[in-house]
Amino acid sequence: MYGRKVKLRFLFIVLVLITLILTVFLILKSLEENVVYFQSPSEIKMLSELDNKKIRVGGMVKKDSILISANEVKFIITDFKNEINVSYSGAIPNLFEEGKGVVAEGFLKDRYFFSATKILAKHDENYMPPEVKEALGN
Amino acid sequence: MLLSVIGHYSLVLGLCVGLVIIFFSIKNFQISEYLDVKIVSFTFLQLILVFLSFLCLILSFVFSDFSNETVFNNSHTTKPLFYKISGTWGNHEGSLLLWLLVLTLFIFLFLIKTKNQPIKYKILTLSFQQIIIIGFFVFLIQTSNPFNYIYPTPEEGLGLNPILQDPALAIHPPILYLGYVGSSIIFSSALAATCLNIISKKWASHIKKWVLISWVFLTLGIMLGSIWAYYELGWGGFWFWDPVENVSLMPWLALTTLLHCILVLEKKQVLTSWVIILSISTFTLSMCGTFLVRSGILNSVHTFANDPGRGLFILVFLFSLVLISLFVFFFFHKSNHNELNNFSWVSKETSIIINNWFMMYFLSVVLIGTVYPIFLDVLSSEKISVGPPFYHKLIVPFLIPFLLAMAIGPKLKWVKSNLNDKFSMILLLIISVLISFFILKIFEANFLINTILISSATYLFFITSRDFFIKKFNNISQNIAHFGFSLLILSILFNSLFSSEIITNLKVGETFEDSNTKIFFKSIKQKEEKNFKSIIANFNIKNSKGITENLSPELRIYNQPNIVTSEADIKTSMISDKFIVINIVQNQDYFNVRYQVKPFMLWIWLSVLLISFGGLLSLFKKKYEQ
Repeated sequence: MYGRKVKLRFLFIVLVLITLILTVFLILKSLEENVVYFQSPSEIKMLSELDNKKIRVGGMVKKDSILISANEVKFIITDFKNEINVSYSGAIPNLFEEGKGVVAEGFLKDRYFFSATKILAKHDENYMPPEVKEALGN
Repeated sequence: MLLSVIGHYSLVLGLCVGLVIIFFSIKNFQISEYLDVKIVSFTFLQLILVFLSFLCLILSFVFSDFSNETVFNNSHTTKPLFYKISGTWGNHEGSLLLWLLVLTLFIFLFLIKTKNQPIKYKILTLSFQQIIIIGFFVFLIQTSNPFNYIYPTPEEGLGLNPILQDPALAIHPPILYLGYVGSSIIFSSALAATCLNIISKKWASHIKKWVLISWVFLTLGIMLGSIWAYYELGWGGFWFWDPVENVSLMPWLALTTLLHCILVLEKKQVLTSWVIILSISTFTLSMCGTFLVRSGILNSVHTFANDPGRGLFILVFLFSLVLISLFVFFFFHKSNHNELNNFSWVSKETSIIINNWFMMYFLSVVLIGTVYPIFLDVLSSEKISVGPPFYHKLIVPFLIPFLLAMAIGPKLKWVKSNLNDKFSMILLLIISVLISFFILKIFEANFLINTILISSATYLFFITSRDFFIKKFNNISQNIAHFGFSLLILSILFNSLFSSEIITNLKVGETFEDSNTKIFFKSIKQKEEKNFKSIIANFNIKNSKGITENLSPELRIYNQPNIVTSEADIKTSMISDKFIVINIVQNQDYFNVRYQVKPFMLWIWLSVLLISFGGLLSLFKKKYEQ
């Protein structure tokens, strides 16, 4: 029969392999469920079907579009071709301004209306999120 | 102007000295009876040159010498002196110079502090380290020279990003870098030891000191960054799974794994290949961290304007380092085939191997979560982000067996053992389950996973605190660190379960009221400071018990650069933090108010301090024994 050493080594390798496969499987599976896609207002217009997954929308905050009340903020995100209405109740980051880039995370109500759960802060006045830059560029 | 010239040329000289050191090392390696004094003096010279260059940069910042491009981009005459100095490493060029300074400092300390190790090993470590140092010199001089010259000299600088003007962030980079760069010593010496085939118990106890040093600094560095994010970014949390945070967590996980592995190697001369692989990956992950943060690839709140050329350089450099180390590993490493001889399932080393597996699992979760979006972007140009739910879902359940192993593992003996006091350990387990069950029952937060998680954390808590009271002081540093970890997990759990938050928009004089809390926006006043205007709001907050707190969050409008920042007002107590932050929305009367009650926030920081204190203690104990 095989020696104890060989058996142990074999067992060890099998265990490592099983853990590895399980790890990869687990990670890939929850990546599938928890990934948040980024879309520009124009891309949303072209969506063939709407699902209720969380997404990010980015672009510029349209001039004179911010409307604030006691429990929510409404504004319009535009990529200068299409725009989308956003309603949001939550904390507002420092660099949230009209005419500046913004990324909002939340759920689509329909093609024209987005309900945001989070507005992402960017901490540099000259900084433009790469997605927003791209969304505005083409 | 003069300072820039001195700084620049001492960098160039430092690079030359690096080449000279390599030349002498090769010569000395062939004789190898004694360490050539020239090598030590040249290493010292290199340290002095880099220090001189760093000093010049600091002085340029202090004197606001705007003919220097780095100073022009990151400083301003009205900035307080403290932030002029800390601004030196608050930018890309300066922070790399700091990296280089720490690199040269550590290798010098390594040379003079390492005794009772073969001369060849010291020389070889020095050579590997010099390769890294030269790489950084070239990188600095070529792509990110801190002494670039602008003509005509501008009147005024662009100023430092105000969110970086903060005491915690002023010391965060140096501390973090001490941790990062400490891993380079581990990397070089692991490679050197592999080449000479001297990976042994003796080597393990020698390198353990360096592992502990970098581990303590890395832990503290991450904590400082986290504290800063907590009160400065106004998100009211301490960890956001932001890519930039993740890249500092990854080397920490690898380093912690390595720390535990070294213990096994020190006692039993097993797991040698694994220790080498971990040493290499810790440093690689640190370099990756620098690469990802500095190249601008990461889509993160921390990304400031960056240059892709730099990223490419670090990538190529990193790639060649990995190639060298892989070559060394496969070519020189002779694995010890007697490793598994005295192996038993119930022993300390088994529990450490279990710890290693979980650590590697956590590491791969964080790694994939961080780099997957980058790869997807490159391959399919689809923009995605991976948020906290991903990490929570994958990491939290696996903390349970991890915590249990942490509680039981240290109780086991090396080689083979049975548990001695089984009875009391099982009793403690039952008590912990009951306690956590009741806590969750009382506060009506009944989730199966939370109950089990809190039970296992409480269990670790009990086991470790019991050891403080009964005689077992043989490994107090380990006990403190594990105790700190149980405290950390408990405070994080209670913090996330019982935090409450109110977000609303208020005008001055208005009141927000719900079933538990009443927030009265009393007044605002304005104040003029040297480099910013501040709006200080005053809130009266009444909780359900009728206690009124007075909180004054602040908005700062900096003039150079023109940025608004929110300064949260936090009332800290042992039980909970009360956190309030305001923001203004584009010239409207409404202020956006965010009020949070965060239980046990202070304990999160305290437990991290305890963990690093455990590491520190172990370091000094080691020295004391020798």
